[in-house]
Amino acid sequence: MAALLQRDIGSRGAPLLCLSNVFKKYVNNGQELIALQDLSFSVFPREFVCILGPSGCGKTTLLRIIAGLEPDYQGMVTLEGEPIRGPGLERGIVFQEHRLLPWLTVNENLELVLHKSNNGDRREFIHSYVELVGLSGFEDAYPSQLSGGMAQRVAIARALINKPRLLLMDEPFGALDALTRLRMQQEILRIWTKEKTTILMVTHDIEEAVYLGDKIIVLSGRPATIKRIVEVNIPRERKRIEPQFLQVRQQLYNELMQE
Amino acid sequence: MATVLRGEHSENRLPAMLDTIGKKGLLPISFLLLWHWITTSGRVKQILLPSPENVFLALIETLSSGELVHHLETSLVRVMEGFALAAFLGIGLGMALGLSPLLNQMAEGVIQLLRPIPPIAWLPLAILWFGIEEGSKVFIITLGAFFPIFLNVLQGIKQTNENVVEVARVFKVPWPKFILKVIVPGSMPFVVAGLRIGLGYAWMCVVAAELSGGMSGIGYMLMDSRALARTDRVLAGMLAIGAVGKSMDYLLQWFERKIIRWRRFYNGI
Repeated sequence: MAALLQRDIGSRGAPLLCLSNVFKKYVNNGQELIALQDLSFSVFPREFVCILGPSGCGKTTLLRIIAGLEPDYQGMVTLEGEPIRGPGLERGIVFQEHRLLPWLTVNENLELVLHKSNNGDRREFIHSYVELVGLSGFEDAYPSQLSGGMAQRVAIARALINKPRLLLMDEPFGALDALTRLRMQQEILRIWTKEKTTILMVTHDIEEAVYLGDKIIVLSGRPATIKRIVEVNIPRERKRIEPQFLQVRQQLYNELMQE
Repeated sequence: MATVLRGEHSENRLPAMLDTIGKKGLLPISFLLLWHWITTSGRVKQILLPSPENVFLALIETLSSGELVHHLETSLVRVMEGFALAAFLGIGLGMALGLSPLLNQMAEGVIQLLRPIPPIAWLPLAILWFGIEEGSKVFIITLGAFFPIFLNVLQGIKQTNENVVEVARVFKVPWPKFILKVIVPGSMPFVVAGLRIGLGYAWMCVVAAELSGGMSGIGYMLMDSRALARTDRVLAGMLAIGAVGKSMDYLLQWFERKIIRWRRFYNGI
């Protein structure tokens, strides 16, 4: 149990993102369906937080609310104390699919979303992000010429290019093959360290959550409620076979399989 | 090993070529033979259906006298004028109505009413308004080419992938950039398809309009030849119409592949 501690909110100063009592209901053919039920948690600056839950439990809905794409919900979502109203550049998002524009090259896809006043070093700036995600030399490639992993790297660069304070990721590696997924997990840790950013990632992969997260928010199935918040105190670089890692993984596994 | 493979390849080239010629040429050649047989066996009068040889001779005759080129040129100029106007109006209005639901709602009734009217049905009115020669013909062509262009542009904008629109929202892409980099390229396959169909319609409309009146153009040449009982020249003119129409389509197809590089084309099973 040593690795699983309920976190005392506030011990790290002001939270970056704060959700309190968030509810989300859908009305389908007159039937009310509760997707999210009373979710409250905080994300602190420079934290890597994973939201772990079964498929279809509303994880994506939750991320979309934070991204500002679902204005219709109850409760309070604040970013640095300010309530969220619609999308904003201080939040970058990586979708499950790369969602690159197929008619734009890697460079042009990044150029499309870049908000920067001084035009002079735009190209250089874009290049630095292409470099950050390890795609130098592919600047002029179209998305159809990239592999799934490479396309998702571009999507990460696109989400980071406006220097957001919070990076939202919706099962970003879910569609990748197992080997590419492992490599991308290492990559995102490297980028997270280098960019000193805060990441909130949705995943249904227990191992991924334990490997990446400082904190794991475990959700139950429909309607999504917070089962528990798990603090992962395993020092990095984490090894997937060390006893501590396996122990946390097993506990999360048991928790999710109870349903 | 590589040289052996290359040898095999060059050996296979000739039969492969003959194979394509066989596949593509079988039907036209049998058709020509049948045509030749029917017309030379004396079953059909030459004035009703001249033999393929005579049509070929008429083609040479009208070509060398410069008549065919002159009439084709007149028709082509009309098509270009009408098509350019239709492309301008069709793309402009298509974009405006595609981007503005309000405009779309307002214009929908009028469009639904005007669309089923065949362009050629406008001819009496067009002649009254714009005279029997250039004006009325360009008007008919514009009308004929406008609807396929306009409707395709509209469709192209409406089918823009919602996921992509969401990306633009999340990253707060400013709207001029959104239209230029997201909407326009996304609907480009539809726009080009509309232009291709529109150009085909324009070519059909010019011939139809010229058949119904006026003193120049390829359609006029057909009517004039019929009046002179030169059915061979009628058929030669029809062949020319087909050839020009196909060439124009080729040109636009080439243009399509040039500008839509990102798209992979399906070549069939």
